[in-house]
Amino acid sequence: MRTLLEFKHVSKQYGSETRALSDVNFAVKEGEFVSIIGPSGAGKSTLLRCINRMIDASSGEIVFDNASVLALNKNELKKLRTRIGMIFQHYNLVNRLSVIENVLHGRLGYKSTLAGVLGLYTKEEKAQAYRLLQVLGLQEQVYKRCDQLSGGQKQRVGIARALVQDPKMLLCDEPIASLDPNSSKVIMEHLRDICSKMGITVVVNLHQVDVAMNYSDRIVGVNKGTVVYDGPPAGLTKEKLRAIYGADYDKLTEEEGGRHVG
Amino acid sequence: MHANTNIPAKPFNKSSFVIRMTLLMLVALTLFGLLTFDYKDLVLSEAIRKTGDTLGTMLIEPHAKHFTFGEALGQVTITIGLAFLTTLFGAVIALFLALLTARNLSRPAVSLAIKSVVAFIRAVPTVLWVLIFAVAAGLGSVAAVIGMTFHSISYLVKAYSESIEELEDGVIEALRASGAGWWQIVFQAVLPSSISYIISWTFVRFEINFAVAVAMGAAAGAGGIGFDMFMASNFYFDIREIGFITYMILAFAILLELLARWIKRKLAVNA
Amino acid sequence: MSGSFFLRKRLNTLFFCALVLALTIIAIIITEYDVVKGFTSVPKAAEWAVSNFVPNEKAMDKLPDIIDKLLETLLVSIAATSTAAVFALVFAVLGSQKTGIGGPFSMISRWIATVFRNIDVAAWSMILLFSFGQNVLTGYLALFFCSFGFLTRAFMESIDEMSMSSVEALRATGAGYIHIVAHSVIPSSLPQLISWVLFTIETNIRQATLIGILTGTGIGFLFNLYYKSLNYASASLAVIAIVVAIMIIESVSNYVRRVIM
Repeated sequence: MRTLLEFKHVSKQYGSETRALSDVNFAVKEGEFVSIIGPSGAGKSTLLRCINRMIDASSGEIVFDNASVLALNKNELKKLRTRIGMIFQHYNLVNRLSVIENVLHGRLGYKSTLAGVLGLYTKEEKAQAYRLLQVLGLQEQVYKRCDQLSGGQKQRVGIARALVQDPKMLLCDEPIASLDPNSSKVIMEHLRDICSKMGITVVVNLHQVDVAMNYSDRIVGVNKGTVVYDGPPAGLTKEKLRAIYGADYDKLTEEEGGRHVG
Repeated sequence: MHANTNIPAKPFNKSSFVIRMTLLMLVALTLFGLLTFDYKDLVLSEAIRKTGDTLGTMLIEPHAKHFTFGEALGQVTITIGLAFLTTLFGAVIALFLALLTARNLSRPAVSLAIKSVVAFIRAVPTVLWVLIFAVAAGLGSVAAVIGMTFHSISYLVKAYSESIEELEDGVIEALRASGAGWWQIVFQAVLPSSISYIISWTFVRFEINFAVAVAMGAAAGAGGIGFDMFMASNFYFDIREIGFITYMILAFAILLELLARWIKRKLAVNA
Repeated sequence: MSGSFFLRKRLNTLFFCALVLALTIIAIIITEYDVVKGFTSVPKAAEWAVSNFVPNEKAMDKLPDIIDKLLETLLVSIAATSTAAVFALVFAVLGSQKTGIGGPFSMISRWIATVFRNIDVAAWSMILLFSFGQNVLTGYLALFFCSFGFLTRAFMESIDEMSMSSVEALRATGAGYIHIVAHSVIPSSLPQLISWVLFTIETNIRQATLIGILTGTGIGFLFNLYYKSLNYASASLAVIAIVVAIMIIESVSNYVRRVIM
């Protein structure tokens, strides 16, 4: 399988003191399900946002689909972002709009400014949005306003919004951190289906090790802005986990034990 | 054990110190002002009695001598028209400026620049804006509307941009991440989220502008019911007519307030 | 799936825009607003202001007069606001839903506030002009009445928003009504109340200029005098003085608000 995404010596510096990422190297193959784990503040979120340049890396090279991300101009960047879907911990939906309108927001990147401003979506786009909502089990909620949905439903709307972009890759920033165990399980299963059935590469930030081990093809462990583990879930031994989470590891296992679905 | 009968001294608290100082200053300035004003030869008791009489005559025996009821109604409509145009122009310009001022949509430098201009506009009283424009455009509705628009802008930019800032940064981030542009984000996320606040603030300003338009009619010859009041007071010295006009204004002001409340409730239901 | 959802939404927007447009056209017709002149007068006014509306050396001679009148106007605004605040506080406490003595008084108190607030400051000053003539008290009382109406409502809302737990606690100790108000209601809403007072002072200084023009007192009178005699240099100096005064007051009250809130 070919490589879709590659990080080469990527660093990110905030100001002169804080170094969020230092010399990060890893690659993601097409169709892979990759989890990024690590303690909070390790730089997972920054790493993810460097891919679609919501945050600009300070140095190094990021290659997505054979193009160097950091060299893109404004228009090319917009094109790149349409091909990368993103979902968030807090869903980030426009609460006062209906479900379908939120989903259709995923199409804005493909539209002219005026068509986007006026919200002129084609019949096909609406049909596609509806189909995705059906797949995600939200056909009853299509015209409901988003503030009437539960957390799990909101996250599924977020997924639909990302999928309607027709993305090659899905970036998920702590998608289940605000959800209860049952909803978490539903969301993770949808993400795995998206990867295996739709062939979309999924990169997901998680802080629950058990969930990451259950669903991922590969795990990247990050600590203090550097990659300390890159391999299959099976290779994640206690020692490796201690390297990722440092002294917090034992505390973490106590806290997490049995709380999250596996 | 050593018994300490003294309660420990109250620690210095900046906030209550400032509260005390503010109150003290207000009292001092008020007393100083009331004691040093040049009252001329006014006999206070006489004046108060006369005001009482005037108010009595005005409120109990209002009449309209220099215009009919229909004409007065027409004048009030002109005042409302002035207030409407002012509010509309102010709202359109303020909305645009507010987008450039809101922290989540703009750059800090642009935001600060607009905020300073707006602060300056706000510092000049409306009547002065109107009179300054009257020199260039002549007394009339153009000078009144444009002069009053300035204050509406400064008021609404603040109100709008604060409403816009209520939108979580995450929503904007999500749309940017999907490749949406600035204008698309504004129309698809920002405005739908804050439209009910925006409309409700616009109505509050409309109410204010009605009162301002009355005053500008009186002070700057802007036309409308305010000008009639000015004539009744300064030329005909007809206190009963002032009473009549005051009742008309009061009735419309209360009507507008009820309308504003109704709209707010309606928006809250749909919200 | 139905397209009617989007259709309805679009029709709503369209209807709203059409309504606004129609009202605008009606307003333009009845106010005889000249749209073209409206656009051209802005650059014209700016051009005029830059060349004529600037203080010159001769205007500087008037500076002592201006400052004198400005101080008078400032003091009138502050005095009117503070005294109005005292009365407003009494009415607000008695009229509030939480601390009110209830019954008809609460109603009356709200009603008085509404009436006073809705009689414009311009109307007040013209009414008072009849018996007080060209006197500081005319402006003072006009501001007093309007501030009283506004502050009563504002205070009432602040007191209503206050949490009732401390009032209950005091009531439980057997404290009387006056004690509860003095030791619980007022202290806990004081920052809010001061913030409203400061806001009213800012507004009143601007209003005082308008009243001055109408009643021939204070800085407004002076501005009007220069303006009417086409002495724009001096008039502009008066405007600058007002702007400086308002900005100073605003920054002081912003500071106070930041510290106490």
